[in-house]
Amino acid sequence: MARISNARDMMPRFDLVQAADLQSALDILAAHENAAWVIGGGQDSFDWFKDRAKQPEVVVDLNAVEELRGVREQEDGGLEIGSLTTLAELQDDPMVNERFSLLSSAAGRVASPQIRNVGTLGGNLCQDTRCWYYRQGLNCYRAGGNTCYANTPEGLNREHCVYGASRCVAVSPSDTATALVALDAVMLVQSATGRREIPAREFFVGPSQNIRGMTALDPAEVLVAVRLPGQWAGAKFYFEKVADRNTWDFALVSVAAAVKESGNTVEDIRLVFGAVECVPRRLDVIEQRLKGNELTEQLISEVAASASDGAVTLNYNHFKLPLMQNLLQRALHRVES
Amino acid sequence: MAYKLIGKNFTPPDVRAKVTGKARYAEDFRLDGMVFCKMLSSPYPHARVVDIDASEALSMPGVLGMITADDVPAQNGAHEQILSNEPLHVGAPILAIAAETEEQAADAVDKLNISYEQLPFQLDPLEALRPGSAPARSDGNATLLEYRQPAAASYHYWSEEDFNAVSEGELPQGASMKDWAVGDIETGFAESDYIMDESFVVAANSHHSMEPRSTLATWEAGKCHVYGSTQSQAWVNAGLAQYLGIEQQDLVYIAPFCGGGFGSKGSAYPSMAIPAYLSKKINRPVMHRFTRTEEYYLGRARSSFQARAKIGFTNEGKIKAIDLYLIKDAGPNEGFSDIDGASACVNLIYSPDHFRLRAVSPNTNTPPRGPQRGPGHNQMVVSFEPLLDKAAAHLGISRLAIRKINAAQTGSGVGPNQTEISSLYQLEALEKGAIEFDLAEREAVSGPTEDGKVRAVGVGQAYHPAGFNGFDGMLRIDTEGKVHIHTGVGNLGTYSYAGTARVAAEVLGVDWNDVIIHRGDSREGLPLIIGQFGSNTSFTASRTHFAAGTDAADKIKEIAAIDLGGEASDYTLANGQVSRNGSGNDQSLSLGEVAARAIEIGGKYSGQVAPENILPPTVAALKAVEGLGLVGIANDALSKEQEVGAYAAGFVEIELDPKTGQIEILDYLGVADCGTVMHPQSLATQIKGAAVMGFGMAVTEGIAYDPQNGLAANVGLYQAKPPSYLDVPSVMRADALNLPDPQNPVGIKGIGEPVLGCAASALICAVSEALGGYYFKRTPVRTDMIVNAAAGMKLSQSPLQKHSQ
Repeated sequence: MARISNARDMMPRFDLVQAADLQSALDILAAHENAAWVIGGGQDSFDWFKDRAKQPEVVVDLNAVEELRGVREQEDGGLEIGSLTTLAELQDDPMVNERFSLLSSAAGRVASPQIRNVGTLGGNLCQDTRCWYYRQGLNCYRAGGNTCYANTPEGLNREHCVYGASRCVAVSPSDTATALVALDAVMLVQSATGRREIPAREFFVGPSQNIRGMTALDPAEVLVAVRLPGQWAGAKFYFEKVADRNTWDFALVSVAAAVKESGNTVEDIRLVFGAVECVPRRLDVIEQRLKGNELTEQLISEVAASASDGAVTLNYNHFKLPLMQNLLQRALHRVES
Repeated sequence: MAYKLIGKNFTPPDVRAKVTGKARYAEDFRLDGMVFCKMLSSPYPHARVVDIDASEALSMPGVLGMITADDVPAQNGAHEQILSNEPLHVGAPILAIAAETEEQAADAVDKLNISYEQLPFQLDPLEALRPGSAPARSDGNATLLEYRQPAAASYHYWSEEDFNAVSEGELPQGASMKDWAVGDIETGFAESDYIMDESFVVAANSHHSMEPRSTLATWEAGKCHVYGSTQSQAWVNAGLAQYLGIEQQDLVYIAPFCGGGFGSKGSAYPSMAIPAYLSKKINRPVMHRFTRTEEYYLGRARSSFQARAKIGFTNEGKIKAIDLYLIKDAGPNEGFSDIDGASACVNLIYSPDHFRLRAVSPNTNTPPRGPQRGPGHNQMVVSFEPLLDKAAAHLGISRLAIRKINAAQTGSGVGPNQTEISSLYQLEALEKGAIEFDLAEREAVSGPTEDGKVRAVGVGQAYHPAGFNGFDGMLRIDTEGKVHIHTGVGNLGTYSYAGTARVAAEVLGVDWNDVIIHRGDSREGLPLIIGQFGSNTSFTASRTHFAAGTDAADKIKEIAAIDLGGEASDYTLANGQVSRNGSGNDQSLSLGEVAARAIEIGGKYSGQVAPENILPPTVAALKAVEGLGLVGIANDALSKEQEVGAYAAGFVEIELDPKTGQIEILDYLGVADCGTVMHPQSLATQIKGAAVMGFGMAVTEGIAYDPQNGLAANVGLYQAKPPSYLDVPSVMRADALNLPDPQNPVGIKGIGEPVLGCAASALICAVSEALGGYYFKRTPVRTDMIVNAAAGMKLSQSPLQKHSQ
């Protein structure tokens, strides 16, 4: 077992930089390479700091960077949402509710009302996994070590993955990530040297791609905004999150669905599960099966039965299989404008 | 009986401070020169400290000193150590460092280099009994705590034959460490028509007090001043003085507020001594603030049970026999006497004609166990109440009928000695609740809903003893006529310190606005009373206040008779006056005038002479008021031959989503048999708040330790998952029978604990009902279990497995 820090629940010292604008934040990140840490609401970061499991030398606080806030209309009928927009703002935003209620529903199920008041969209998307072994500060693969404590014959892995295990079996904890993958969102990422756009599906990365991170962000980059293309505006949506509590809890499984119909048939569809893999899991095969077809009872039952195909369970998480099947069935029944 | 104060709502004097933030909890105190300390806690479940290299840590800026196990007294037997070189659980304190700031102390702790020898560890109580398994302690593998007796560990193993004698899922029943019986169970089973034999698990949970405990300690003129976080006040002194190695008279203890304890802060606890020993060493006041993590590891947890019950019913549902076998997780130390609570509760409220308890209490390398709200009792009701439903379904009778036919009553026997209970209105509470909850109507509409959910109801019950006797009350009336009531109970949050004080005011016939309560600081002069735990304060303290009030009333009348003539018995007390019966104002004295005369006369009237039968700490407390007015002081010598007990029934309606395992609690009603209602608003708060805690115990809260490394999976509140306000109905209901107990002069009993168990067990019953009679036989029933059960899949947990997250 790795040595857990002797001192817990007490932040170590770090230099706090309260950036006045985006460029200065990016410059500081560039100057410190891997030694700096970005905070928005801080709801994920402070836990890491208090447990001394992550000890950055420099913390860059983005809260004064106004250009990262707010929801902006786009020409294609879509929206661009600043990463510093709080989850509570997102939940209540009229344009988001009107066009992309999938996202406002997901934002409204994050954490607790108090946390949503300070927690940001960017933070919710970039937060680290909640694997409890990793959070204890154990030196697992994800922490740079050479073992996984969750995927063992005795591991306590009720919340862990049923897809995409690759040394690490942690899952994506983000409710908004699940919704954004279903909305074909584009992540706008910026560093001191330039800006790049990453499709949401590629933004979230699994352990086979990068076992030390959950996203495609480089250490010197900041997620500045999320763009929701107009193609899904006003579609039929469904979001449901299953957790042990109604608040301050992470998904055991969540589902996000977006459906566009043409007459009685499915013109286009996105189906995504959260908390079953290290990334939001898009159901490509089922989407293809449904495209061009009417959502009949028989078809819904058929695809729901295949919702957990290919899943590999651990000691304590086989309940996720019926849960996925049940949630997909419900999502297809209940998608609505 | 018509009272002026008892049974009426009032605003307790500390409410304003609580809601404005002015209340000073232990960590809010500051002293000149105060510094902070941090502990080094064990990262291993069982280890030996081989070497402590503190050279770098102690040379860091601001660092003032360190104490290790060598600087504090070793505790006897299996009692929890203050600091130890053989940590018995993750989070066990090894040493503490003081520094000018808390950050400096933490940084120093981080720079310690400790060499550990890791030792084999044990997490599962059942496995601890297997021959050859690693003992949790170096002096034994099991510790049985008898109520308030010192306990030592011993070796207690079962044989391979014991383990092999059962089929999978059945609890083996090897040699017991404790047993008692009433009647003959074999006779009972022979008379039974339907016998169930069920093994079950209660994983139990941590206390998660809102206030992580803090202690501030300093030494002044040979006395140790301690500011602490405890439910109790005067009761803490003896234990704390013992930890500190000082006499009680050399301890000043200050604890005006407590942010929740639920049993975990009932008495002095070892870590309170850490800042005191550091303070002595570095000669500075030392503040020790627990973090949330430390509160988890040292703030106690309820004992789990792996258990088996064989229950025999007649065709009418009457229980003829219960054969109960309990494996209680004692944790690393002596734990608590949950076995006694569990067995007494089962034996009383299910009224078996024949009963047998056998129990063992193995140690594990998990955080220390302690009493938690209904310790033992509530682990039993969450297990037994669903079994009653199962039997009722089998026998074709209603859930209400099977509970009523087995209900105990006033005069029923409880415990190994079958002590009679002075009042118990189980039947009445069930009937009142069933009517108020519209149970029959709700049962009729239970079942599948249009949107694929299932509506279901559940009824739960619970019991706990509800009072002690033999402690002291003290009050003083000053020359202005103000009544100063001194109370040694703590302030655990229920306002019973104030509610019980109203009994003295009632006896004296004074206006509540003329009462000043003295509490929270031993320098105020606080009489000895047992701690604020065990649902006892309402009963125990109302008796002591009655005794002190009666003593003061007698003295007032005696002085009136001396000054105004006649006999003391000619006088009555009302409205702040003592008056000769049937006479006009010229035959009256104000209480202020009487107090002035008491000072002049002296002796017993002004507290210069203490009654012979008061307890030694109260004699010392009397010095604070001696000569300052008319003093009422008395030991509660009222008779108490019988057990006093409190009972509660819970009624819940839920909607369960079998596709997702989500539970919505639609409605809840708790009905308390708590004797005379002392303070209606506070009672309702108790019933509802306990229900929330009970819902957590039943369905949301997890407690698990990793078999690989002994680490806890549920340290943070978001990991442990106590219910939030969005998990419970915004409106819940509470009611009480308001039937007085004959052993209390005003009929009051305690109630804090059974109101948790009745809600927890009602909810588990409702979940089983919603799943068409699926009995999990393990608590908590969490989302994964419900989803698996509804999908017809096996649970992930093996039947007797304790730690499954």
